[in-house]
Amino acid sequence: MYSEKVMDHFSNPRNVGEIEDANAVGEVGNPQCGDIMKIYMKINEETNIIEDVKFKTFGCGAAIATSSMATELVKGKSVDEALQMTNKAVVEALDGLPPVKLHCSVLAEEAVQSAIFNYYERKGLTPPAGLKCSGCCSSCHHHHDHEEE
Amino acid sequence: MNQRIYVDNAATTKVNPQVLEAMLPYLGGTYGNPSSIYAEGREAKTAVETARAQVATAIGAEPNEIYFTGSGSEADNWAIRSVARSLKEKGNHIITTAVEHHAVLHTCQSLEKEGFEVTYLPVDAYGRVSAEDVKAAIKDTTVLITVMFANNEIGTLMPISQIGAVAKEAGVLFHTDAVQAIGMVPIDVKTMNIDLLSLTGHKFHGPKGSGALYVRKGVKLNSFITGGAQERGRRAGTENVPGIVGLGKAIELATADIPKKAAYLTQLRDRYISKILEQVPYAQLNGHPEERLPGNANISFSFIEGEGLLLFLDMKGISASSGSACTSGSLDPSHVLLAIGRKHEEAHGSLRCSFDMENTIEDVDAIVAAVSEIVARLRAMSPLYETFLKENK
Ligand SMILES: Cc1ncc(COP(=O)(O)O)c(C=O)c1O
Ligand code: FES
Repeated sequence: MYSEKVMDHFSNPRNVGEIEDANAVGEVGNPQCGDIMKIYMKINEETNIIEDVKFKTFGCGAAIATSSMATELVKGKSVDEALQMTNKAVVEALDGLPPVKLHCSVLAEEAVQSAIFNYYERKGLTPPAGLKCSGCCSSCHHHHDHEEE
Repeated sequence: MNQRIYVDNAATTKVNPQVLEAMLPYLGGTYGNPSSIYAEGREAKTAVETARAQVATAIGAEPNEIYFTGSGSEADNWAIRSVARSLKEKGNHIITTAVEHHAVLHTCQSLEKEGFEVTYLPVDAYGRVSAEDVKAAIKDTTVLITVMFANNEIGTLMPISQIGAVAKEAGVLFHTDAVQAIGMVPIDVKTMNIDLLSLTGHKFHGPKGSGALYVRKGVKLNSFITGGAQERGRRAGTENVPGIVGLGKAIELATADIPKKAAYLTQLRDRYISKILEQVPYAQLNGHPEERLPGNANISFSFIEGEGLLLFLDMKGISASSGSACTSGSLDPSHVLLAIGRKHEEAHGSLRCSFDMENTIEDVDAIVAAVSEIVARLRAMSPLYETFLKENK
């Protein structure tokens, strides 16, 4: 049911781990629904370039793969470029996701935004309008299609 | 090791070669319609009636108390809806448990919409309901008690004989979904006071899409599918002759030597459980340590999500299942694990292995090694584990 790309990123996830001296940390999701993504970034304060990024994820195979792909997509990019990354871009880069797993990619987009929000907060800057606050996205708003065993 | 290890026998089983052999003629040259009076029809009819006797014998019933269905789910639906409809005048109350299969739970929920009142009894930490609780829940309006024989997720056995006695004393009909129990525990509908019982062939090495409902003589059974006179007018539709023949042969083989099978599977199960609990920290057994299906082991691993575990096991050639929401396609993790008091995050990280006679001690050891390695790997990626370690330094 998963593409080869998804299975590759799931079984050999890129950028797993923590960054000790991260200056941007975002966590989204909720253990109740079974998915939490935490993203650490090291952002160059002069250039606003994301120099390093790492993640930890509690979730299904798609959640791990989308976290891995999202970190790949934003690594080396500027904060502004990273904010342009949509869940759709993550899905496309993974050669697609099953419909019931699309919310995992939404979570990855939110995790990146939440980390960048945290970066602005720490610098004492006003985040760009529309950027979600870190942490408050922890609701079970995604819906899996209901299937019977 | 190139051979795959299949330990998801609670989901479905491989068709026994002897069952396949018994079925083959009915998929080929012996194609008569059991309702026809000429030779081909009579031959098919005889095969269906032989299977009916085989099913009856396996559970201590009479052949004319057995009705063939298209699945275990259909048997559950039929039993519950038929009793509810035909006793509507007497009362509208049904007693069941919180841990039933969805075939029972969703049927009860749909009857609630039609005005029935349903009591979903809670279970203890092992997933057992007590006969006393069942007794206490009975009212003047109670028309049916439906409690599963053995739980499909955690393997816990329900006190069926005691519940049967309670039901008999109160004069309330008793249905049990015995889908997981057939061939694993001895069943006698008469001594256990069971009025209706559901079963399905594919859980004991029979074909898929072939089930049966036992209904004690004297209990009114409504037609489930109207049309022709098949199944004594209760379920129309030309019989699935190969499926029925396969079901009959499979139940005969599955119930032939239960004690020997149970002893072997219990040994595999207990070896797996004790090794995992010994080697993997933050792991908990789900269900009763002894009062459980001989082949079922269900363990929750904290801080991880079950789908990743299943995918990595699959890559290592191991097929098992999980109670995680991500694998079931629904938002919530297993209702059974929540009912026994597991937290959401613990329920997400569960692994069910259901062993069978083809599994070996070597398989068990290979699964234990794979599981401990994968759990460690997923925990290293888990923000929950990271938080836990920081808080418990
Ligand atoms: C306890 C229980 N009841 C009912 C069913 C449904 O059986 P079937 O797949 O034949 O509809 C199953 C199997 O999924 C089960 O485990
Ligand atoms: S984390 Fe639950 S479906 Fe992806």
